[in-house]
This record gives sequence, C-alpha cells and structure tokens, in this order.
Amino acid sequence: MSIAEVISAHEPKVRDLAAEWPRALYETLRSAGVSHMSYVPDAGHSTLIRLFSEDADVVTNVLTTEEEGVAIAAGSWLGGKRSVVLMQSSGVGNCINMLSLPVQARFPLLMLVTMRGEWAEFNPWQVPMGQATEAAPKAIGITVLRAETGADLVDAVGQAATMAYEADQQVAVLIGQRLLGKKKW
Amino acid sequence: MTAPTMDRRAAVKKLLDARDGALVVTGLGSPSYDVHAAGDRDDNYYLWGAMGGAALVGLGLAQARPDKRVMVITGDGEQLMAFGALATISIAGPKNLDVIVLDNQHYGETGMQQSHTGRGIGFERIAAACGFAEAAELRTLEEVDELALRLKAPAAGPRLFVLKIKAENLPRSLPPRDAVHVKNRFRAHLGLATC
Repeated sequence: MSIAEVISAHEPKVRDLAAEWPRALYETLRSAGVSHMSYVPDAGHSTLIRLFSEDADVVTNVLTTEEEGVAIAAGSWLGGKRSVVLMQSSGVGNCINMLSLPVQARFPLLMLVTMRGEWAEFNPWQVPMGQATEAAPKAIGITVLRAETGADLVDAVGQAATMAYEADQQVAVLIGQRLLGKKKW
Repeated sequence: MTAPTMDRRAAVKKLLDARDGALVVTGLGSPSYDVHAAGDRDDNYYLWGAMGGAALVGLGLAQARPDKRVMVITGDGEQLMAFGALATISIAGPKNLDVIVLDNQHYGETGMQQSHTGRGIGFERIAAACGFAEAAELRTLEEVDELALRLKAPAAGPRLFVLKIKAENLPRSLPPRDAVHVKNRFRAHLGLATC
C-alpha cells in the first residue's frame, strides 16, 4: 500500500449524496443482502443499473414490463435470495394486479421508483401516472415512502430494506423528480 | 379429423412422478388443481391469482437456486397474460427452468371461452422464436413419458413444452389458499427461515 493509499484509507469518507446517491444506494442494498435485481430502464436509475450489472455476485434481469419484476422477486425469495425491483413511475401502474402476490403471500418486496410527471416535466403524458404513482400501490396495500434529497433517499432505502426483508413487508420508495433533475433530451 | 389431446391429470402426474427433486410452481386455476391432485407437497408453490406470474416466479426461484430444477406448470390463458415473460426468461437464460403449458385452448374457469391458442397462436413457436433451448408441442401421454425422461437431462437453457389437453372441467382438487402458509412451508423445505 502506498502512503497516499494509507492516508486515503484513514480519511473519513465524505460523500456528496446529492450527486452520489446511486452508489450509496447500491452499497446500502448490497449491505442489506440484496443479490438479485430486476429493472425496466430509466435514466434516473442508470448508474444503479450499471453498478448492479457489473457486480458478478448479483443476478440481474431486464424486464419487458414492470410487473414481471414483482413476480420474479417473489420467486427469488422463495429460493432464498433478496431481490429489488427498479422502475419509473409510469411502470407502477403496470404492476397493480401482480402486487396481489406479495401482498397476499407476504413476500418481501422493495421497489425503487424514479418519478416523472411532477417537477419540471416537459412531457404531459407522464403527468397522469405520475399523479397516481403514490395512490395506486397504497390502494392495494403497499407502504409508500418518498425522498426528495439524496441523504433522505439513502436513509429511506436502508430502512425500507429492513421492513421488506426482515419484516416481510412490501415497500415502494419514490425518488422525487426534483432530486433526479430535469431530463436532458 | 381433429388432432389428439390428452388427459391433463394423467399428463401432470407423469411429470410429477418423475420430478426427481424439482421445485414446482403452478399457475392459477386448473393447473394448480392438477398438481394438487397428484399429491400436495411442501415443494409445490401454488398460485391462486397474480395471473401471468407463474413462469416469472419460476424464473426468480431458478435464479435463486441454480442447484435445483424448477418446473412451472401453468395454463394457456395464464401464460398468454405474460407473453413478454418468455422474452425475459429467454434473455435470463436459466438452465434449470422448464415451463409446461397445459393448453386446452380455452379459459376453463370462466365458461370455456376460446383462447388465442385455439386460434393459431402456438407457445412452442413463440418460445423457439424467443430463443428457448428446447420447445415442442405434445399431444399424447406416450410423448409425455418421453418428455419426463428428457427433462432429467441437463438443459442448455430454458425449455418450454406445450401439452395439448382435453378442454374439460374436472372435479376441483383445491390446494391451500393461505399463500403465507404455502410460502413458509416451501421455504422451510429448502431450509430457509420463515418470518
């Protein structure tokens, strides 16, 4: 180990969570024992998707539609793996009937949802489902949490992982569009 | 002359008699009854709802337990609700997942309305186009006997087999409806903790 590395290893790690929340989320989820991830891509999840995909100890699935991830996560738990599902708010509506599986069987479920249609949104077609993203999963019995800052998000996901995997709860964490920033296109 | 079809309970029993430690997930409706009729077991996971979820629950299970073979037994209507699942499963590429579609070409639970498979859609062709390692349509119990042997051989990827069965509503053989109980006994069978 070089002197620079020794010094660096002993320096307290100060991380700017406003910018580095994806890596912090990845580390939080891996520490919580998550080794399985399914996703429908979203720009807001791109770093997290890349980090999980590059991890040889994590199984990842790309989905054709979000409810697939809900069923896959249930199967993964049946076999002893902790799974997380990543999606955009528009995908939450796709999940609704499949959510009866984790709700009825009390399968752990952790969904991380990047929000559209609520802050500096240029596409009006994102607004209706964006408005319904919190109400729809609540209506079927999912616990819904929201985070607007990187620090809150990391806290929310850490405790949601406890609720899901230690207490067999179904939890969606919504990641505010204000935190994600305006979509560049 | 109409093409032959087989007795669903006899076909399912043949596959389950030869399961050889395979974990089984069933799709809602008659496939769950067929599997239950062959004998209730801790290593069966029966779905009573979540239509379209059976093969995907099987995928998650197969990925979590690569040391075990997973057999999904579902119906044509259930699988039609998750057409894209075959693409997802193919891309995932598990070598320990077999999907058995019991195809009576009808929605048996709701009054025997004809399904897409009775109008020309063949899941064995869809699965082959998606890139499944093996996919075939079977019409006789003798072919099921051969399949039961074939399933014991290692696979190069996910496999799907369509069993053309008679369209009939047999006496129901009802699995437990308590989904938490079925989940917990399944996990206990695998030596996993239950909450």
